[in-house]
Amino acid sequence: MIRVEGIHKSFGAVRAVRGVSFEAPDGKITGLLGPNGAGKSTTLRVLYTVLRPDQGSASIDGADVVTQSLEARRRIGALPHGAGLYPHLTARENIAYYARLCGIDAGSIDDRVDSIIRLLEIGDFADRRTKGFSQGQRTKVAIARSLVHDPQNIILDEPSNGLDVMATRSLRDLILKLKDAGRCVLFSSHVMQEVAALCDDICIIANGKVAIDDSAAGIRERTGCDDLEDAFVEAIRMVGPS
Amino acid sequence: MMRTLTAVFRKEVLDNVRDRRTLASALIMGPLFGPMLFAFVINLSIERSLDDIERVTELPVIGGEYAPNLLRYLDSRNIDIVDGPADRDAALDAVSTGTHDVVLVIPPEFGEQFSASTPARVELITDQSNSQADREARRVRGALAAYGQELAVIRLTARGVSPLALRPLNVDEVDMSTPSGRSAILLGMMSYFFIFALLMGGMYLAIDTTAGERERGSLEPLLALPVTRNQLLLGKVAATCVFMALSLSLSLGSFFVALKFMPLDELGMTPNFGPLTVGAAFLILSPFILLGAAVMTLVASFTKSYREAQTWLSVVLLAPTLPILIVSILTLRPRLEFMFVPSLSQHLLLIDMVKNEPLDPLHVAISVTSTLLFGGLLTWICARLYHREGLLG
Repeated sequence: MIRVEGIHKSFGAVRAVRGVSFEAPDGKITGLLGPNGAGKSTTLRVLYTVLRPDQGSASIDGADVVTQSLEARRRIGALPHGAGLYPHLTARENIAYYARLCGIDAGSIDDRVDSIIRLLEIGDFADRRTKGFSQGQRTKVAIARSLVHDPQNIILDEPSNGLDVMATRSLRDLILKLKDAGRCVLFSSHVMQEVAALCDDICIIANGKVAIDDSAAGIRERTGCDDLEDAFVEAIRMVGPS
Repeated sequence: MMRTLTAVFRKEVLDNVRDRRTLASALIMGPLFGPMLFAFVINLSIERSLDDIERVTELPVIGGEYAPNLLRYLDSRNIDIVDGPADRDAALDAVSTGTHDVVLVIPPEFGEQFSASTPARVELITDQSNSQADREARRVRGALAAYGQELAVIRLTARGVSPLALRPLNVDEVDMSTPSGRSAILLGMMSYFFIFALLMGGMYLAIDTTAGERERGSLEPLLALPVTRNQLLLGKVAATCVFMALSLSLSLGSFFVALKFMPLDELGMTPNFGPLTVGAAFLILSPFILLGAAVMTLVASFTKSYREAQTWLSVVLLAPTLPILIVSILTLRPRLEFMFVPSLSQHLLLIDMVKNEPLDPLHVAISVTSTLLFGGLLTWICARLYHREGLLG
């Protein structure tokens, strides 16, 4: 369960996030939707604690991301935008490294890594060094790595970027599996169709503010647009320019 | 805490070992560069000091027919007389263009002046700005002076005067330098090679800790893990230290081997660099490892990219020479306050060891403590900087 309450974040004169609030409950998929530069990544970076909010607060399962950041990180598996792997290590070693850092027992690391490799279906290339992996292979390994400590909350920043149809589909299956396991999944995207197909809740962000936060049906209704893409454009128009 | 640290440490070591470029620069380039340059310099100076007497040199002479005895004397001193240029002007030309290094001109009036026992004039044409020519000229000048000296003795004796009248003073120099002491001058530069090799050993890992991880995009997911940034940083600095220590010991070892093959005794040097000294040198230099790792990590953390980090760290590689250079130029003797300066204190202690002089325990204690304190302080600053948001770039 992720709760965000009125966070602000500026970088110098640029006000990237200006009062974003929303909730992502357990057992649901929440989509953070918005055009490029809307403040999605900044919001997520605050959640996985690499940035501190200037104002407002956020918590992961009740653990504040600023004052209890270590506890909050324990409950998150995060896939930052453009996450990179260690090219000289194999996929398995990359995953095992994160398992060790997350404090998984030395004795059960191998089992844990094996099961995550099965879950992500990456056994074919698990023992190859990741140098030269395709974008899809890299994303899968990066997701596997972030799930290795079995976190309750999963934050994925534009996970489908650069993936082909097959990879996108298996990513969608994985997200649904996580939902069925009662996890809280929060992911960002700028692709309307992808979010609509998958999410229980959609939070549209534009210009650093929440334009609308509702189910797909609710959004159609509130904007008066049948087509979700029109609804998206309408919602962004409602926020107005900064 | 320890588990995370070990996990980071093990991963960094594995990662670095698998990167051939990094490994080559850390474990081959650093440790071998020093001994190779050193062997080159030593051989060069041996070659130069073995010149003179044994080596035959050629001397173009103009007007040799006016002084056959002088030529015979020069010939007995291993100076081969060859025919010089046609005349004095041609000789001036030949020397200034570098065709000849030295030309001896004997004027026609030489015989007359010689018989009259007035100073007989000869001309030595040379270019003193050319060190090779200067060496040849010195050789000829020495032979001419010796010839003059011999003649003076004969003339005085012929007039019934004791030649000892020419030596009112008898100066005896007592040289207190020992063969180990003389080595210190040349081996003084050795300490820098050790520090250079040490820093090279950890350079790529230090870059990787911040700039490298950031450029690859692996830093952000790493920071999102349930570990503290201090643990991450310390694990990385520890791995950097291990590679620096490895590179340092390889460098000490390769010097130990290289010195066995250098004809140092021909230069009157017997450096004290046995296995025991090698071990002691490692201990003296080892506090510098933490400092080196921290400085490199710190500098790399300010840079935007791998390439920029590389550029800046090359500057850091030179920084430890500065105090060594200043003290060497001013030829200052080891003093207590020098022991507070990292790199300089290690250099001075190392020279004392090579000279086979006893080390002052107080000096050693200050060197070790101050270097470790500097290292600790810089590591702490690194850790503070690792908490900045700007770290992600």
